[in-house]
Amino acid sequence: MELRSYIIRRLLLLIPVLFGVTIFIFGITMLFSPIERATLYVSDPRQMMDLQSVIEEYGLNDPFWVQYGTWVGQVFRGNLGWSKVVSMPVGEAIFHYLPATLELAIFATPLIILTGIFLGTKAAAHKDKPVDHATRVLAILGWSLPSFWLGLILIMVFYGYIRGFLPPGRLSIAMDGVVNSAEFIRYTRINTLDAILNLNGRVLLDALRHVVLPVITISVINVAFIMRLMRSSMLESLGKGYILTARAKGLQEKVVVNKHARRNALIPVITVSGYLFAALAGGAVITESIFSFKGIGWWAWQAASRLDISSVLGFALFTGVLFVIVNLVVDILYTRVDPRVRLGGGVQ
Amino acid sequence: MTDWKFIARQLVKNPLSLAGIVLITLFVIIAIFAPLIAPTPEGQGNPYLIPREGYGATPQPPREDYPFGTTQGQYDIFYGCIWGTRSAFQIALVVIAIVVLIGIALGSLAGYFGGILDEVIMRITDVFLAFPALILAMAIVAALGPSLRSVMIALCAVWWPSYARLIRGDILQIREEDYVEASRGLGASSRRVIIRHVLPNAIYPTLIMASLDIGAVVLSAAALSFLGLGAPEGYADWGQMTQFARNWIVGPIGDPFRYWYAVIIPGMFILFFVLGWNLLGDAFRDIFDPKLARR
Repeated sequence: MELRSYIIRRLLLLIPVLFGVTIFIFGITMLFSPIERATLYVSDPRQMMDLQSVIEEYGLNDPFWVQYGTWVGQVFRGNLGWSKVVSMPVGEAIFHYLPATLELAIFATPLIILTGIFLGTKAAAHKDKPVDHATRVLAILGWSLPSFWLGLILIMVFYGYIRGFLPPGRLSIAMDGVVNSAEFIRYTRINTLDAILNLNGRVLLDALRHVVLPVITISVINVAFIMRLMRSSMLESLGKGYILTARAKGLQEKVVVNKHARRNALIPVITVSGYLFAALAGGAVITESIFSFKGIGWWAWQAASRLDISSVLGFALFTGVLFVIVNLVVDILYTRVDPRVRLGGGVQ
Repeated sequence: MTDWKFIARQLVKNPLSLAGIVLITLFVIIAIFAPLIAPTPEGQGNPYLIPREGYGATPQPPREDYPFGTTQGQYDIFYGCIWGTRSAFQIALVVIAIVVLIGIALGSLAGYFGGILDEVIMRITDVFLAFPALILAMAIVAALGPSLRSVMIALCAVWWPSYARLIRGDILQIREEDYVEASRGLGASSRRVIIRHVLPNAIYPTLIMASLDIGAVVLSAAALSFLGLGAPEGYADWGQMTQFARNWIVGPIGDPFRYWYAVIIPGMFILFFVLGWNLLGDAFRDIFDPKLARR
């Protein structure tokens, strides 16, 4: 199938999903009476006296479809509403909080994937040997760990015991001042990247110190997952006929494992890596909240727990679009990695 | 029957799954004997409310009567952890049971009848899977008002789609089997074919996978509680007990680990509970994955 029509078809499929997600979230808010919902719009205590006019103003008494229709109409005009929890427009909030989340995702994704591939390959190549057992135990331990608890322990050791070594937050107060000063240009709002672009070593070091613990927390669980996937994919690949051929040719075991088996075993890992990046870029709620690393996950948590509906809806649109785009990119990459796969399904 | 004997032998032979079985048994014992291990103070109606020793904020270390110490708000950590085991099982069993029932109902409808019904059900699962589960669950709990019941409803809402898909897939496969064809040829009704022939063959793998999801359900419930969207304050719940410790991670200068008991102990309960199920699950996956077993 032609690439362009394939992309268009896939993007069209996004539409029903986005409508579905937002209708569902809208439906949840309908569990509340108009008066309760009106209080969510109130910013000034004096308005509490006159909730009826708030209900009138926002049409909170209208039927479900009318209210939903109004919201959709606003979205098409580029207005995602007001994010009450952070006091800024929803669209602006997404751009304000996304860089912090991306910063974690940019560090964590390669770390997770490379470690996972390395350990998974080792485990498969030495199946049922000590290495294999050790990585298996690590993996099971990794995905049994409550990430919030791991985060607390990391803070306890690296911030409490080694006092002030790896602090929570995104920057220390002094460096925050530097970053917000006129000389420092915030190209991306991703602190480490901006520090490099501004050639500012002190900011870079400070930003890195804040990034380490959240990245570790995110990675522990996900490495376990990639590692196990890589292991089973490798085992399957090692059982194929061409491996037998390669061995029969007298190739070194290292070449057989790394060149012949691993290349083919990487295919499922690539797919999952795409999902992984999308999931991380959609916000690591727990990690961001523990380390006060205020990214989009933190914002979504605040919004969801305080029923800031326009923020939750905006977040839903954002993650929906993100997932579909990442999926699309992964599918297109797939055809490059595995020439047998063609766009639009089917194998040659 | 021999299958089950074979599986049981494999599980006991493997030290990892054996450790899993031991851990799970331990938690079952704790849950059953909770009233004996941590007796509810006389005069207290609901045993799931953690007794407290005053109202002081600062956690107090382990001492007589409080073997694990008391956490923020002077809630008894030992009592909370023991009775929290019951809460954990309760959440897990209810959520898994409901999710499996919904999954079987929708999955078999979609898989067996196909066509437009299949399309509609699968698009609905798409909608749920496209949105981060934790945030969706948070929004539902926030909307329903924080309580254990809301947590269970929220987890069911985010968990059923994967089961519906799993069962649909199995049924699609089984639908094509000869014995289903034969039964249909003999004039059996759709209902009879589904209930007598298709479901029994699709259901066992699902049930096993479901029982092993218990750890994951408990982990998610604990995360919700930790984020402040779980049981009401003072309810015996591991996630909430970890959340209590959040302000006390770092002790004063010179004594950084002063409040270790408030942070470490509730988390250990969560970790070991989930670990038990995951150890067992890993072994099951190996036994049931014929692609790997051959090698």
